[in-house]
Amino acid sequence: MNPVVRTILQRLGLGIGTLLVVSIIISLAIEMLPGDFARAVLGQSATPETVAAFQREVGLDRSPVVRYFEWMGGVLRGDFGESYASAGSLAGHRRLVADMIGPRLLNTLFLAGVAALVAVPLALFLGIMAALHRNSILDRGVNVVSLVSISSPEFFLAYILIMFLAVKLPIFVSLASISPSMSVLERLYVIALPAITLVLVIVAHMMRMTRAAIINLLASPYIEMGRLKGARPMQIILRHALPNAWAPIANVVALNLAYLVVGVVVVEVVFTYPGIGQLMVDAVSKRDLPVVQGCALVFAATYILLNLIADIVTIASNPRLLHPR
Amino acid sequence: MSETAKPSAGTRTKGDVLLEIRDLQIEGESDEVWRPIVRGVDLTLKRGEVLGLIGESGAGKSTIGLAAMGYARGGCRFSGGSVVFDGIDLRAVSDEARRKLRGSRIAYVAQSAAASFNPAHRLMDQTVEAELREGIRNRTEAEKDAIELYRRLRLPNPEEIGFRYPHQVSGGQLQRAMTAMAMTCRPDLIIFDEPTTALDVTTQVEVLAAIRDIVDQFHTAAIYITHDLAVVAQMADRIKVLRYGKSVEEAPTREMLANPREEYTRSLWSVRKLGKQEQPGGEPILQVKNVTAAYGNTVRVLNDVTVTVPRGRTVAVVGESGSGKSTLARVITGLLPPIEGQVVFDGQALPPALKERAQDTLRRIQMIYQMPDTALNPRQTVYEAIGRPLEFYRGLSGAKKEARIVELLNLIEMDESYVDRLPGELSGGQKQRICIARALAAEPELIICDEVTSALDQIVQEGILQLLMRLQRELGVSYLFITHDIATVRAISDEIVVMFQGRVVQQGPKSRVLSPPHPPYTELLLSSVPEMDPDWLTNLLARRKAQPAAVKAGDY
Amino acid sequence: MSESAHSPQSALVAAGQPQISRRGRAARIWRVLRKAPPTAWFGLVVIGVYLFAAVFAPLLAPYSETELVGGAFEPWGGQFLLGTDQLGRDMLSRLIYGARNTVGIAFLTTMLSFLLGGALGLVAAISGGWLDQVLGRSVDVLMSIPQLIFALVLLSIVGSSVVNLIVIIAVLDSTRVFRLSRSVAQGVVVMDYVEAARLRGEKLPWIMRREILPNIMPPLVAEFGLRFCFVFLTISALSFLGLGIQPPTADWGSMVRDNAALITYGDVTPLLPAGAIALLTVAVNFVVDWFLHKTSGLRE
Repeated sequence: MNPVVRTILQRLGLGIGTLLVVSIIISLAIEMLPGDFARAVLGQSATPETVAAFQREVGLDRSPVVRYFEWMGGVLRGDFGESYASAGSLAGHRRLVADMIGPRLLNTLFLAGVAALVAVPLALFLGIMAALHRNSILDRGVNVVSLVSISSPEFFLAYILIMFLAVKLPIFVSLASISPSMSVLERLYVIALPAITLVLVIVAHMMRMTRAAIINLLASPYIEMGRLKGARPMQIILRHALPNAWAPIANVVALNLAYLVVGVVVVEVVFTYPGIGQLMVDAVSKRDLPVVQGCALVFAATYILLNLIADIVTIASNPRLLHPR
Repeated sequence: MSETAKPSAGTRTKGDVLLEIRDLQIEGESDEVWRPIVRGVDLTLKRGEVLGLIGESGAGKSTIGLAAMGYARGGCRFSGGSVVFDGIDLRAVSDEARRKLRGSRIAYVAQSAAASFNPAHRLMDQTVEAELREGIRNRTEAEKDAIELYRRLRLPNPEEIGFRYPHQVSGGQLQRAMTAMAMTCRPDLIIFDEPTTALDVTTQVEVLAAIRDIVDQFHTAAIYITHDLAVVAQMADRIKVLRYGKSVEEAPTREMLANPREEYTRSLWSVRKLGKQEQPGGEPILQVKNVTAAYGNTVRVLNDVTVTVPRGRTVAVVGESGSGKSTLARVITGLLPPIEGQVVFDGQALPPALKERAQDTLRRIQMIYQMPDTALNPRQTVYEAIGRPLEFYRGLSGAKKEARIVELLNLIEMDESYVDRLPGELSGGQKQRICIARALAAEPELIICDEVTSALDQIVQEGILQLLMRLQRELGVSYLFITHDIATVRAISDEIVVMFQGRVVQQGPKSRVLSPPHPPYTELLLSSVPEMDPDWLTNLLARRKAQPAAVKAGDY
Repeated sequence: MSESAHSPQSALVAAGQPQISRRGRAARIWRVLRKAPPTAWFGLVVIGVYLFAAVFAPLLAPYSETELVGGAFEPWGGQFLLGTDQLGRDMLSRLIYGARNTVGIAFLTTMLSFLLGGALGLVAAISGGWLDQVLGRSVDVLMSIPQLIFALVLLSIVGSSVVNLIVIIAVLDSTRVFRLSRSVAQGVVVMDYVEAARLRGEKLPWIMRREILPNIMPPLVAEFGLRFCFVFLTISALSFLGLGIQPPTADWGSMVRDNAALITYGDVTPLLPAGAIALLTVAVNFVVDWFLHKTSGLRE
């Protein structure tokens, strides 16, 4: 078999394997529940009967292996189980975790996607420029700004933006509440501040990594050879550096998009944006485990997928694999 | 553009000055301080002439070579002098003008072709890059010409090799491909920066021959940079000796070899003059019996190897990369237990694995490494490095330990002022001496020396070899001396083991192994070692043409 | 780069230098510090101020961190220099105590993470083989879940308490320390001087302590700074989400959360604890940058 295809299949298998192990870890988490968990969920006033009913309903009385397969089987059909918020409640209206996650996931992807669309090209451009003009004023300036930016908690940046762009100068809104009836433009306006916050954080990280990767690349002997062959500066970059830069750049982008996925949690809370991050935080404070599990699985899958894509780009741009001996 | 397009030789006039460097000064930055690397070097090169630049590490040879292209590496800068190439002052003209000269009129061949070829492009695309850019030929013609150059450089499959990627081609071939790349624009000047240093001797011969032929054919002027006088003697019309960024002396090749004026120049081939009177073998201290070893379960690195070291003698193990000579050391020390066979030390079979050996057995076999830089812990002082074996094997401490450390330092011709130094504060030769002292501290009977001189400069090598010989005379210690350098073998061995691809090809007393008739591989190996005779390469090639060697050198 | 002025330098060295005494070392550190760039100085001063505030918090703070001393959201000035929070506790006092609590907890967590990850990384690098494989694979899996998300899952199970927080974050963060210390140690393990020690018959603990550890300290120290920043930001984020350090302990992350409402009235008070977090992280980053530059410069 072609070594590129083989290596990619291997990576794919590894990714799926990892996801399986992750799903086991997430579902096993429930086994570590302390004894008074049901009471913590149901509140101190719960009677022994309701506690027992709750445990039966949640399935704590069955074996963990059976429960894992039930849960996983459900996940594969798109069913993440039921929220504890409905379990054991007398009202009897049931809420499916999948129904809670679905629309919110779309919202989150919208926000993260907008941020990524702005951040990735900007960061790559700034990173490459800083690397090419190393130690110039531009480089130093960009460096200090990005250092300050990665050092700040997301909520700090977010509140500063709110302070100046929503309160002092009311250009944007501080609450990013969106509804299904909004047009794309309206949505974009509403999520401007959370998107800018994410862009600030991601650009800083990504730009620094891009710069380091490019500087590393430019130190290769074959780049010096290109110069000694009289190649023009632009040719050095396009012909000699770029074909070898795909792998490091793909890794930088994937790493930062993965970071974006996490950064979104805090930003959604600050701007009360109805995304999956906010859902997860709510679920954690209510200790609503099925929802937490569902969200965690979605986050982990995104994370693994992004790294997988970076791996595939790395493999597909490696001349040693593309052209075996 | 000059008269570059004609591929036929001898169209250019020889004799007028092509390159003139005056009072060149270059500084390098380390730790935010600029220190001189090249201090006032003059150099004149005529058309069609080959100048050899020779010197040890830190002499500034590569820096001068690059300066001839108007180029200074990152962290270096020109601080004075002039570089005039064919009437163009390279320091005065614009970046663009300098850039246009590079690749088309001045070309460069780097030491490590494997790292200097871009891994992402085919050899052909890289070979023709400069001529296409300068519009010298169109693509079809350029490729035809490149194939012709590959052929002249005696690359196998010249028609196809250009369509391969660098990682698909061996080191010796890449070095020739890089020469072809330098040649495509028919430059007036090529800088060869140690082009064969990383290669095995048998491969080196072919690359040297190929480079010399093509430079002759196209009448190209060249600066040939190396640390090996015998190599430069084959290549250069004139030789310039450098040290610490200054010129030591300069003379036509034959004159320089016959009649070096400076003490320093003479010292450059002093190792070759060392010679030890061969001692007959005696009772064996170490016997390696029918050892077969492998890494993992796949590739056999050693195949049925038998070697005997007599007590108080030196056995040299010679071979090129991949011969298994270093693996032999790993088997003897127990780092790599053999699949078959055994190691007998002083009449007793040693346990195969290091962990099973008694502390006293470990003490009796010591090892000295190739790189003194990595053999000494950079965070341990001389006192700690030498003191540890004393304390570990002999339980010495306090004043006794200190006295013994000073004794050992004196034994290796250093003194107690060094005890508090860290390795970073010592020179390469001093570090290697400390390694020797550390081995001696264990009072061993056998010392395995793994290429102990090959990372050192010539003069330093001589000192270390003489020290080792003196220690053998005084202490009666035995050496298993692993090396690829025949001059070193001549200098210190009593017996020689020749290895090739994991097998022992020949072994015996030095006098017998080094005198004909030889088995084919020994013949190839010995004949490939450059000699201080400017006609050596010419004669060798003539002889090989007359009777093709049985073993072909490493073209795989 | 093969060509550098090695020989003349070593000749200078050989000419003999005075022995390096302890006082010499202090003087040398001072000389290095004096040449440090302003960013590094800024970082060192800021870290110093934070340390001072953390150690002497009870002496510096005008009020206790938990006592209700006034009305809710009192303005700046007068009795309460920076006003009061949503329950009427003194803002300045809570800020000062926050240095002790938030920074202290983050520091403890980083220490734990280094003890765990560093030790396992060293063991994996030295012993290699199946142990290395098992540890490496487990870490790969742990790292394939985003850290904050994993922390959220675990916190939802065991509940938020300071001890849980420290242990969870330390364990999750130790995966990165493991990777780094393993790869750095692997670079050292293949060195001839380690082989020489093994051939001498030295035991594993000795090799670890004397041959390997001293040589991997500089990158580990730098990493400690960076990991501290990361842990510090993670814990602050969790506290901000209400899932980290729990009230009434004064903590910068939760202080932002609790007083966030003020922002919409144009009051900067909630930005103070957030700024305090950012300032310390910037300072540590500046110092680490300089340290890395310094040590990599020495190595060349």
